[in-house]
This record gives sequence, C-alpha cells and structure tokens, in this order.
Amino acid sequence: MRQLLILSLSVLALAACEREDREYRANPVTSETEEKIALSPLSAGPSGPTEQRSGLGQQYEENAYHIAQGKRLYIWFNCNGCHAHGGGDSGPPLLDDRWIYGGQIENIVQTIREGRPNGMPSFRGKVPDDQIWQIAAYVRSMGRNVPKPAAPGRNDDMHPGPAEQRRPPGEVMDGGQIPPAAQMPQ
Amino acid sequence: MRRIAPALLLLCLPLGGCQHWQSVLNARGPAASTLAHMFWIFVSVLATVWVLTMIALLLALRRRRPEDADPLATNPTTERRMTITISVAIGLTLLTVISLTGLSYAAQKVLFAHKDGALTLLVTGQQWWWKITYEDSQPNRVFTTANEIHIPVGEPVLIKLESSDVIHSFWVPSLTGKMDAITGRQNQIQIQADRPGIYRGQCAEYCGLQHAHMGLIVVAESREDFERWREQQISSAIPPGDEERQRGMEIFMSKPCIMCHQIRGTDAGGKIAPDLTHVGSRRYIAAGTLETTRGNIAAWIVDPHGVKPGVNMPTIQLEPDEVQPLASYLEGLK
Repeated sequence: MRQLLILSLSVLALAACEREDREYRANPVTSETEEKIALSPLSAGPSGPTEQRSGLGQQYEENAYHIAQGKRLYIWFNCNGCHAHGGGDSGPPLLDDRWIYGGQIENIVQTIREGRPNGMPSFRGKVPDDQIWQIAAYVRSMGRNVPKPAAPGRNDDMHPGPAEQRRPPGEVMDGGQIPPAAQMPQ
Repeated sequence: MRRIAPALLLLCLPLGGCQHWQSVLNARGPAASTLAHMFWIFVSVLATVWVLTMIALLLALRRRRPEDADPLATNPTTERRMTITISVAIGLTLLTVISLTGLSYAAQKVLFAHKDGALTLLVTGQQWWWKITYEDSQPNRVFTTANEIHIPVGEPVLIKLESSDVIHSFWVPSLTGKMDAITGRQNQIQIQADRPGIYRGQCAEYCGLQHAHMGLIVVAESREDFERWREQQISSAIPPGDEERQRGMEIFMSKPCIMCHQIRGTDAGGKIAPDLTHVGSRRYIAAGTLETTRGNIAAWIVDPHGVKPGVNMPTIQLEPDEVQPLASYLEGLK
C-alpha cells in the first residue's frame, strides 16, 4: 500500500517535465504592438514621462526559444555589420550598460522598428514584428539583462567571449544618466 | 494451409512499396546497385543461416531421449559425430563472417571510389532545406538553387556537402548511400544515375523539428535537357509579363521577403533562404513538402507554420488582396 502511494506520488513529479512554450506563430499574427515608451526618465514638469507597456516584452525576455531565434536573426540580418558581437563598431556597443535610447526591451524594439539618427536604419515593414521582439530579447541577453535560464547557453561557432548565460547580470542605465562605466577613472 | 497461403500473399504486399522513387531496393545508380546487391546477399545468407538453425532446433526439440537411458553413458561413434558437426558449424560460421566482412569492404571501395566528373555541386544542409550551388570554373556560370538537383544521366557528379547549422545527412536511396553534412567540414560523395527519372532524397540525420520535411529531388535527364535546364537556371529572373505579376513583384520588394530571399535580376538579394529566381520551375516548394502550384505558394506564404511548424520562414503582414498577385508572381518565375 505504501509502495503504491510512493509510486503515485513520484508520478506527480512528471508534471514538472513540461518545457517552455515555443511560440512559432506570433499571436495576433502580424499586427505591430503599440507601446508608449519614454527614451529617458527625464521629462519636463514635476512628474516623470507616462509609459504604457503591453507586457509582451517580459514574455519574450523570459523565453529561451525567442532569445535563441533572436541570436540567429541578429547574424542573418547583419546587425553584427555595425554592432559587431555586441562590442560595437560603427554602431554603439550593446554589451555595456549605456543605452542612448533606453535599455528596456520596448525601447530596443522601438529603436529597431523606427531607426535612430546617425546610422541606425528603420526595419519597420522589413522585419516582421515578432522577429523584432526576438532580436530585442537577444540584445537584452548580451548584457545579461534577461533571466539566466533563458539566456543562450552556448555558441554555435567561434565567439569572442563567454556565452550569454555565463556573463554576470547587467544593469541598464537609460539615456540622460551617467552610467557606472562612465564614472570610472579614465 | 488454406489460411497460410493468403496470409503469405498479404505479407508480400508491402514489397510493392519498394518500387517507389525513394527506395534502396529501386537502385538506379552504381553506388545504390552495389548497396542493393549487398542487401540481397546479406538477406539471403542470413536468412539461410536462420532457417537452418530453426530446423536444427526443431529437430532437437522433437527428438527425445529414451526414458531409461543413462545420461552419463558415452558412445565413441556419437562423440566423433558430434565433434565433426560442431567443427563444421564453427568453420562455416567463421567462413560466413569473413566473407561478409570481405564483401562489405569491397563494396565500400566501390562506394567511395571517385571518378573524375565534369560536374561539381556544393550542397549545404540548412534547417530545413538544401541549398544547391552548381560550381563552374567560369564565375558567371555559377548559380544557386534549392531542393532540386538536375544531373545528366550516366555521368558521375561530385557532391560536396556542408552544413550551416546542425548535422544533416544527404541521402538519395535510389542513387547513393548516406553521407553526413557536418558544420565546419566538407564531405564528398559521388552520385550517378544510370536511368533518367526523378528520385527523391531525404535528410537522414535528425536535425530538429522539421527533419521529416527536409526532402530534395534529383532529376536525371539527358545531357541536352540538362544543358537547357542549366542555361535557364543561370539566367536572371524573367520580368513580370502582366499587370498582376507586376504588382506581385512590387509587393515582394516592399515586404520582409527581401530580407532573406534572392531573385537574381531584381533588388532582392537575401542569401539566407532559398533562391527564388526560378522557383516556379521547381517541382516542389518548402523542401519537397508542397507541389509548386499557385494555391500552395499562397498557402505557404500566408501560413508557413501551419505547413511546417517551427520553420524559419516568418508569418508576415499581408493584406488579403496582396496574396494573389504575390503567389502569381512567384509561380511565374519559371
């Protein structure tokens, strides 16, 4: 009788085997998410800027599949052409804590979608919206601003530096603030 | 007996499946013939061994020792007979093992012998399709296509195999054995078709979600037909002839399609997805999954993940009245 009990209890453990959801098809399929975000915490007047987030960002950031797809798309769409593997080249680095146009995933999505002055092109209509979210999630993982279990665990090829999962958790300093990196003695 | 005969006949029915376009037993090339011969030799030898063993076993089971026999009694004649029988059995076993090993070795020699061929192809396995590049000493005669290989009949064709993501395996059962496509290295295999026809191939190394839908076809045709096909594939895409296709082309150029796909002769220059310059001339789309018809192309564009869940082709933002011109344009890319 006791054996039966132990056996049935151990079957319960199987419930933990469910893996994370892989969403192959964005839902709703193709529409662009409407976020209202601020580029920096600074604003005129006493109150801070009003923001409105759909919550989709968290969903993408905490999903290993989305981040891994983003990593693949990052190379495919030649992001490394300007940003290298996060270290920056003609485009700003993505590994550090300094975010000119905001470092939340919604800000990064906005940056990819709309482009930014002095070089960053707009990818609206060129990259489907769900893929933009995936790339943004990967960019967030570069400075380890995503949960450790979701960050890519290994690189498929030679990569300058450890895999995202092994990097120390990062900070995000939005534009208009002095990041710790800039406070260090030069 | 009245029941056994029909049952045996029914058991033979699945053999009818062996004559299909993707079958080891339907060998149409030297390498595949060698493999098919090996298969039949192994099957017949091993079947004979099995049948003989079963007969010996049955005889042994049926023969009983007399009730009052002394189990310890020995008879010199029987002893000698037993020694001879066992020695012969061991000798035959050794002979079978050695000759089958020798045969396999000889067959391998034939399989991996490289003859000089005029045609060299670079085949890159990707999740989940095959990128095919026809190499040529003249750079302007090099071209890329996907999932459909054309070869001239009776000529050896060298296939260089690479992979861009995970390990795949190139396998066209009617023409050749399997050869893995491994990231970071190049494997080579030679194929030759002795008879014209269409042969289907398949990825033979589990490579992810859509491994089962990673097919390719090999079209073996006469040298003239092959040359005609090659000239047509080298050429740039034909410009759209009518208004609907013209609109389809404009839609293609303004959508995310161009991020990954190439259509030579237009602004679309993406290199990470199948080259669509002559997609309408290929027999299948989505790596052997759907026949190339306007309806299938439309279905594939509207909902790729309904056909191949997890595929790298994304669902894109399209208005309902854009689907028809787009499918029509792509179908027209002969």
